[in-house]
Amino acid sequence: MKEYKFGYIHSIETMGLVDGPGIRIVVFMQGCMLRCLFCHNPDTWEKKSNNYMSSKQIVDEIRKYRPYIESGGGVTFSGGEPLMQSEFLLDMLKLCKKSGIHTCLDTSGTAYNKRYLKEILKYTDLVILDIKAITEKKYKKMTGKSMDMFNYFLNELNKSNNKVWIRQVIIPGINDNYEYINKLKEYLKQFKNIEKVELLPYHKMGIEKYRKLNIKYRLNAEEANVDEVKKLEKLFSDNFQI
Amino acid sequence: MEAWENFKGSKWQKNIDVNDFILSNIEEYLGDEKFLKGISKKTYKVWNKCKKLLSKEAISGVLDVETFIMSGIDNFEVGYIDKSNEVIVGLQTDEPLKRIVNPYGGLRMVKQALDAYGYHLDKELETRFREFRKTHNDGVFDAYTPEIKLARHNHLITGLPDAYGRGRIIGDYRRLALYGADYLIEQKKLDLSKITNINEETIRLREEISEQIKALELIKKMASRYGVDVSKSAVNAREAIQFTYFAYLAAIKQNNGAATSIGRNTAFFDIYIERDIKRGILTEEEAQELIDQFVIKLRLVRHLRTPEYNELFAGDPTWVTESIGGMIDDTHSCVTKTSFRILNSLNNMGPAEEPNLTILWSKNLPENFKKFASSMSIKTHALQFENDDLMRPIYGNDYAISCCVSALALGHQTQFFGARINYPKVLLYALNGGRDEITGDVVIDGIDEIEGEYLNIDDVLKQFDKVLRKTVKIYVDALNIIHYMHDKYAYESSQMAFLDTNPEYLMAFGLAGFSTIVDSFSAIQYGRVRVKRDERGITQSFDAELDFPKYGNNNDNVDLIAVNLAKRVYRELKKYNLYKNAIPTLSILTITSNVVYGKHTGETPDGRKAKMPFAPGANPSHGADKMGALASLSSVAKIPYKDCCLDGVSNTFSISPEALGSEDVRATNLVNLLDGYFKSGGHHLNVNVLNKSLLIDAMNNPSKYPNLTIRVSGYAVNFNSLTREQKEEILARTYHERI
Repeated sequence: MKEYKFGYIHSIETMGLVDGPGIRIVVFMQGCMLRCLFCHNPDTWEKKSNNYMSSKQIVDEIRKYRPYIESGGGVTFSGGEPLMQSEFLLDMLKLCKKSGIHTCLDTSGTAYNKRYLKEILKYTDLVILDIKAITEKKYKKMTGKSMDMFNYFLNELNKSNNKVWIRQVIIPGINDNYEYINKLKEYLKQFKNIEKVELLPYHKMGIEKYRKLNIKYRLNAEEANVDEVKKLEKLFSDNFQI
Repeated sequence: MEAWENFKGSKWQKNIDVNDFILSNIEEYLGDEKFLKGISKKTYKVWNKCKKLLSKEAISGVLDVETFIMSGIDNFEVGYIDKSNEVIVGLQTDEPLKRIVNPYGGLRMVKQALDAYGYHLDKELETRFREFRKTHNDGVFDAYTPEIKLARHNHLITGLPDAYGRGRIIGDYRRLALYGADYLIEQKKLDLSKITNINEETIRLREEISEQIKALELIKKMASRYGVDVSKSAVNAREAIQFTYFAYLAAIKQNNGAATSIGRNTAFFDIYIERDIKRGILTEEEAQELIDQFVIKLRLVRHLRTPEYNELFAGDPTWVTESIGGMIDDTHSCVTKTSFRILNSLNNMGPAEEPNLTILWSKNLPENFKKFASSMSIKTHALQFENDDLMRPIYGNDYAISCCVSALALGHQTQFFGARINYPKVLLYALNGGRDEITGDVVIDGIDEIEGEYLNIDDVLKQFDKVLRKTVKIYVDALNIIHYMHDKYAYESSQMAFLDTNPEYLMAFGLAGFSTIVDSFSAIQYGRVRVKRDERGITQSFDAELDFPKYGNNNDNVDLIAVNLAKRVYRELKKYNLYKNAIPTLSILTITSNVVYGKHTGETPDGRKAKMPFAPGANPSHGADKMGALASLSSVAKIPYKDCCLDGVSNTFSISPEALGSEDVRATNLVNLLDGYFKSGGHHLNVNVLNKSLLIDAMNNPSKYPNLTIRVSGYAVNFNSLTREQKEEILARTYHERI
């Protein structure tokens, strides 16, 4: 009998229509090693939660929604940082692929266990990769960590030939200008297989969670204007066809 | 010109069989919406006049009331909106939006409504009516038992149609167009002549058929006032639509039923339209004009209601439901170009609540139509969707939706509408020895008091079964009386004339407060519920000490309680003989009355406070569904339609455009969502893809939008969980984006 892996999840959202193509079941996994200033999910930072489940339990849950996700949808593993529980994640990905479910990994490209990374990418149909910053200095400032892990991930991602969607949160006063966007476009040239670039307007709706968790909110910025962000996003449509 | 020239098929030519006519002549349309045309000059002018009248009406509540004439098929002078530009004619009275006094259901309600809007019934008319005529309402109260009156007074059984028109009948109005009144009269006379064995039942039937024949004669007279001869078959598309509308118009001149649906007309009209286009006597612009003007007429349907009625149903609804789409068999659909044309009326004249456009959804519908209907739903949030794959095997391919969710085989079935039981009260009565938790009245006798600080599921079930059994009996008695009296004093001869002489009758029972009672039982079973009682010994508040599963999270532990609670009621209903041998059906549907029903109900074991609203229809309780929209939909989809809730299981689903994905994929996402829900066995879905005005409403009435999710970059939140300021902020943003 197969032994299923166990892991910690934060929650399962049964209808995500914005994290990957089609209708998606989004599994929010627990744990992240980054401490991004703009993070709206501080409740997923800790390694553990009360929700300790087996890969089979989770995939059984996902399978219940087959009529909704079978045409063009699937599952998205998000977080937290799903790669932080690499072995558990891999187990779930394998089970999903066995059931013919489209898999998507919403990640910052960090916190993985190197041993499993290649295989994880093998069982992933689409990677949604969050760009935190494009220079070592700014990355460190934004996330509290060095860029080494991210760079290694990027390398593996390119080798894997996986399809990629890029995400970048736009924060007024930090990266909401044409200069940065042009640099980002240049930076993204080293990626293979980018299908889409999404710019997400920064918002403060996570602040309430910080208050409840008694964590200091350190970013002092305005919320981004949705229309302005859309304008910036249009700059990518020439280079990156959807 | 021969009326039936170029039409195929023979069965329908020998007997009344509109469905055979459609099946023999329908041209399914698989293409997209690109052929559609905009609003015509004439329609623009007519609709502009209507818009002015409608905004005037919105201020005063009622534009005008005819107080010197009472309801009737041919009692009113002709009326026009803009005569020279109307291609489809006919109004309820001599002026658009002028309302009819219909006292046959009950005079008291008419008086209240007139008083509320500052009108007075002509004195002489009132005196004579009172002297010579008894109403449905009078009849009902002569026959009501003390038990019924008590259950009604305490809101255990609520919304009974005992003071106004029962509605819910759908005549097959297409019959007038296809056959003409003379042939229909001939057939009714033939039916009458065959009834020779005289007993109480056949006496009643003979009288009813005679009334139907008189109604058909009156429809001819009414139409001739407008210069239209409906005695023979319609010869072209304009006549087909005009005749069908006249048949419906007779219904709403004579009756004021709560919901008076129009049926399923697009495929029928399409056959005439396509024939005319092929003959070269109709253009696409003119075809759209006919449909738009037909829709305008349906938008102007009005009945005189009391303000309390409007509060109960949130506005002034008439439920002129038109059913669109659906399949003929597994591979052929009823989708025609006219299915597109009628949805296009929402483009040409803007969204409106009426007619209540209902898409009969099948996984096999043409993809182009699925996508168009979804995009129109996103654009207008004016459509509802129902599961054709679930209903078609039961009702055949030619059924239509009555009111919101109730299917009827057109022309062959009709319905006795029956409001609903306040289901949480059944549980509260079980906990309180049959006493009402608010008034303290003993409404159900013979129930033992439950004692002790904690509720035990077995003790509760024992009393619950007794209360339910007795409640259902009272409910059945009430409906039998109501429909006996309605037939006697307010018979809808103009509608019944367009049905078979011996139709199948469905008696539609209903449940309100469904999620509240389901979660309450879950609390008792899993939550260790401690109860506090007042000085009368009646439950006042409940405290669940443990977490318990809630309906709406796709959790079988509680969802099976829901299934069981629906089945229990239906099992009880099946025990009774119903008036006219009606078959019982059951709905879980409240429209918007869930708020008012909640007001009359004390605190419930699920933690819902006294007087707080119930969730609408079969929706999970407000805020109880925490696993996302698909989990919520999946729970509702488990409630059995076949063999249980044949009158419909209503679900209202709200989602913001942003949460439905980026603009280019929204329609496809909605198609997949609907496919998923209906493949899972769901019956009905109201879809709200919300714009600003709905968001404002959501802010003020959060319980109406339990599933409203919004995208806040990276993840989605439930709108209700945000603070007022955040909501206002999002409102500003959404609106901003749309400009």
